[in-house]
Amino acid sequence: MTPYLSIEHVEKRFERNGVSSHVLSDINLRVERGEYISIIGHSGCGKSTVLNIVAGLIDSSSGVVILDGKEVRDPGPDRSLVFQNHSLLPWLTVYENVALAVDKVFKRSKSRAERKEWTLRHLDMVNMSHALHKRPSEISGGMKQRVGIARALAMEPKVLLLDEPFGALDALTRAHLQDEVMRIQGELHNTVMMITHDVDEAVLLSDRIVMMTNGPSATIGEILHIDLPRPRNRIALANDPRYNQYRQAVLSFLYEKQRKVEDLGQRRQSSDSKPQAQARA
Amino acid sequence: MNAPANPIKAPALPSSAAPRTPQWYVRVRDYLVQRTLPPVLIGGALLLIWQMLCSGPDAALPPPTQVVSDTWELIIHPFYDNGGNDVGLAWQMLASLERVAYGYLLAVIAGVSLGVLVGQSTWAMRGLDPLFQILRTVPPLAWLPLSLAGFKDSHPSAIFVIFITAIWPIIINTSVGIRNIPEDYRNVAKVLRLNGLEYFHKIMLPAAAPYIFSGLRIGVGLSWLAIIAAEMLIGGVGIGFFIWDAWNASRISDIILALIYVGVVGYLLDRLVAMVGQYVTRGTSAG
Repeated sequence: MTPYLSIEHVEKRFERNGVSSHVLSDINLRVERGEYISIIGHSGCGKSTVLNIVAGLIDSSSGVVILDGKEVRDPGPDRSLVFQNHSLLPWLTVYENVALAVDKVFKRSKSRAERKEWTLRHLDMVNMSHALHKRPSEISGGMKQRVGIARALAMEPKVLLLDEPFGALDALTRAHLQDEVMRIQGELHNTVMMITHDVDEAVLLSDRIVMMTNGPSATIGEILHIDLPRPRNRIALANDPRYNQYRQAVLSFLYEKQRKVEDLGQRRQSSDSKPQAQARA
Repeated sequence: MNAPANPIKAPALPSSAAPRTPQWYVRVRDYLVQRTLPPVLIGGALLLIWQMLCSGPDAALPPPTQVVSDTWELIIHPFYDNGGNDVGLAWQMLASLERVAYGYLLAVIAGVSLGVLVGQSTWAMRGLDPLFQILRTVPPLAWLPLSLAGFKDSHPSAIFVIFITAIWPIIINTSVGIRNIPEDYRNVAKVLRLNGLEYFHKIMLPAAAPYIFSGLRIGVGLSWLAIIAAEMLIGGVGIGFFIWDAWNASRISDIILALIYVGVVGYLLDRLVAMVGQYVTRGTSAG
């Protein structure tokens, strides 16, 4: 059986001022339809680059990405993105932000009334029906992210790409949104690929966790199957020994096998550039 | 819900409200004291100083009282028309405003288009930017002889001077605004596969609007500066020539009145563009 989404021998080299850096080396991943995949790794390991290659926003240096039998060459609505910084258009209202995507993607296949209904339904799905006519500057960070998720879901993507979607949120809002994403995932059975550096988030949400080694020449280190029944409940799982084993496995990969070895100078540098790295990661 | 609370509250209300001054009165009084009083006081003091300095028998300039009495006919009859150049100040103003309107609108259309081109295309920027940087430093009036030679008529020449004065800040601000469109918005457009036209009016214009409008505001101020100077040279009806004419006839009071009008209209033009900008760009600041 051919996989739904397959990443084959993807490599990425950046050339800057004549200095070439090998960011990704031989990435191979097969994702089944309806699977929820998390990619976890230290910041700067290139996990965002993988996502951007799948999105088509960055070209790989070699290798291919095949989605549903077709090679990915450029960005498109079949791979909708949710960015960490929500990237809603500030001059449009909540409704208009989602409607912009819906009207473009379903311009021919749905009537005007159907598109309106479709937009409203997806905003309702993320519980944002109360703020349809507010602008992004008037709603909280968590709400913006909900709208971003609604916009991405409304495009009816073949694969939903989440780039640290909850990274900029406070812990309570984050937990709340994770639960919502699990609920929506339970209804729609989307194929999801999520970048995260939160171990709990990865274990809670994923069917498989893809752990990446540190760069340069980062690649996939281990893949962990999370065999926990759905729907999952974070409180019940907190005492589940299997949950803790999975957590342990990811932690030991990140902090024992792939611990960042930095000398003092590098550490100072990396702490200086941390906000930037996070924004890009 | 309120019902049980009412009997207790009701008798307390009138007694507490009676001695208190009404809310609107406090608000109006505060506004007058905080906003209106300072400019009135300072303005009054300056007029007083002016009056004292220019009241002597050998003063070169008239004091404010004399300005008002000299120009009273002009003030109360802004729309008189004796034919030729001898028309009221309102007509002079409108003639200048009409020139500014033509020149400025042309500058807006050409400036935003060129700004979009330079902002979008690195090649165009490299080719055109040096030219812009040199031409924008040429003083507006330096263009006048050339445009008179080209158009052989004073009216289009004045409009051209306005155009060439206002266009540079519009081009430069528009191109900066377009270069500064966040990568995220571009990515949204890419994922949605917006075509060029959709990208232009759904992403590019709204995202760059705050920059474009600051260019438009600078542009309208500059064109009002330039029209007065240009009209002094080309003659005809217009507030600039009115000032020059008054100087030739030694009507100093007329000049002072005209300067006040010029200042007020320039201020109103600036406010007008700023207000349009605020309306158009509402909500554009990222949040």
